[in-house]
Amino acid sequence: MWLLAAVSILLQLLVAASVQADDAYYRVVVAEPYMEIHTGAGRGYPVFHVVERGNEVEVIKRRTDWFLVRTSRGKEGWVNRQEMELTLTPGGEKTMFADAAIGDFSRRRWEGGVLAGDFDGADIITVYGAYAMTQNFSAELSVSQVFGDFSDAIIGRISLVAQPFPEWRLSPFFSLGGGLIYTDPNVTLVDESDRTDQIASAGVGVRMYLARRFILRAEYKNNVIFQDKNDNQEIDEWKAGFAFFF
Amino acid sequence: MESRLRIFLLKTISALILTGLVSGCSLIPVNDEPYDDSEPVIQPALERRTITEADIDSEDFEATAFVGVMSIEDFGSNVVYGARLAYHITEDFFTEASIGRTEADETSFETLSGGAQILSDSQRELTYYNISLGYNLLPGEAFIGKGHAYNSALYVIAGVGNTEFADDSHFTVNVGAGYRFLLTDWIALHVDFRDHIFKSDLLGNDKTTHNLEATGGISFFF
Repeated sequence: MWLLAAVSILLQLLVAASVQADDAYYRVVVAEPYMEIHTGAGRGYPVFHVVERGNEVEVIKRRTDWFLVRTSRGKEGWVNRQEMELTLTPGGEKTMFADAAIGDFSRRRWEGGVLAGDFDGADIITVYGAYAMTQNFSAELSVSQVFGDFSDAIIGRISLVAQPFPEWRLSPFFSLGGGLIYTDPNVTLVDESDRTDQIASAGVGVRMYLARRFILRAEYKNNVIFQDKNDNQEIDEWKAGFAFFF
Repeated sequence: MESRLRIFLLKTISALILTGLVSGCSLIPVNDEPYDDSEPVIQPALERRTITEADIDSEDFEATAFVGVMSIEDFGSNVVYGARLAYHITEDFFTEASIGRTEADETSFETLSGGAQILSDSQRELTYYNISLGYNLLPGEAFIGKGHAYNSALYVIAGVGNTEFADDSHFTVNVGAGYRFLLTDWIALHVDFRDHIFKSDLLGNDKTTHNLEATGGISFFF
């Protein structure tokens, strides 16, 4: 008898635990007349099921602007963010599936991206990461690879970037930086050895907020390479590319 | 002086304790109802955990491992393998970083001449990396039999990168198209065709080379 009671208690506990595990998903209540559920995470995928007002659905995951939901009948499908924003929490409050917006762009902390362009006639690819200390100033670390006819080069630079109008969608910036350039001459053409020089750069550019966490960026930099030879080399650099912020 | 202060403090403390005890004692008989400080009779069955919108698992990244065939212009075709990491920005656009490695065969000239070698063994290794922007041109569903539907997409992709070949770095533009077939919500199969375009002066004069690549891969969203 005692054993039976113990087993039934244990079973109840197990059931409760599994219910709790199911409860780990975020739940929303449909507040509009109905919510459309698509077969895929895209606007073109057909609607195969609708959930009526007052019913709860579990939100399993999110991909871009689409949410995978599970209805109480166990149907799984994708719901657009606009429809999700019209739902309520089980407590009756409005849900907020806020996306990264332009406000987050001006308040961003981390930024990373890739740029490609021209470095005094040679091709250049740059990968960079930046940390914003304030809305107006950020520190930027970049690594560039230059593909020249006579030599290739790798440039590592650290810069201070000032952004006077962080709240603008099309926001200009100014940068000042320095670093090292490692030049590797094309051995088949030029009889010269590898060398590492210091490089200083001053630049101006523009960032454009595109959507979500995505920005376009274009910039011009004027570089001075301090060489052992008496005359320093001055190089114009034009680049454009895209970046993300977090 | 000091002892007086101590006595005063002791007096006030003992007075406070006494009044506290008296008032405490007087409270107990006043309380008519049997006081029970155990938990309430009705207990909520589940402690509702506070899950916010921010806790929803966001799966915008996709990691791919691929293997296939890559043809290096003038140097034959060989097995290529590598990895890709994509970030899905919207349902239409994604960015992708990719690395790959293959090896060059002999040119026709090397084969015919018998012993002449243009490149050493280490120079025959080709490694590329690139960053591209992709667009899901034709999203859709694929049907297998009567009861199975899978989401899929035909995408186009283009980007820039670097190709290390024959001890030289080459600025490389890549363009291509691919097909993504989602087995589940988070596992997908890929077929990809890319053209890696770069300038090479390996065989004398500068020329633009087209290096075609066909690969198959498996990817995981996370």
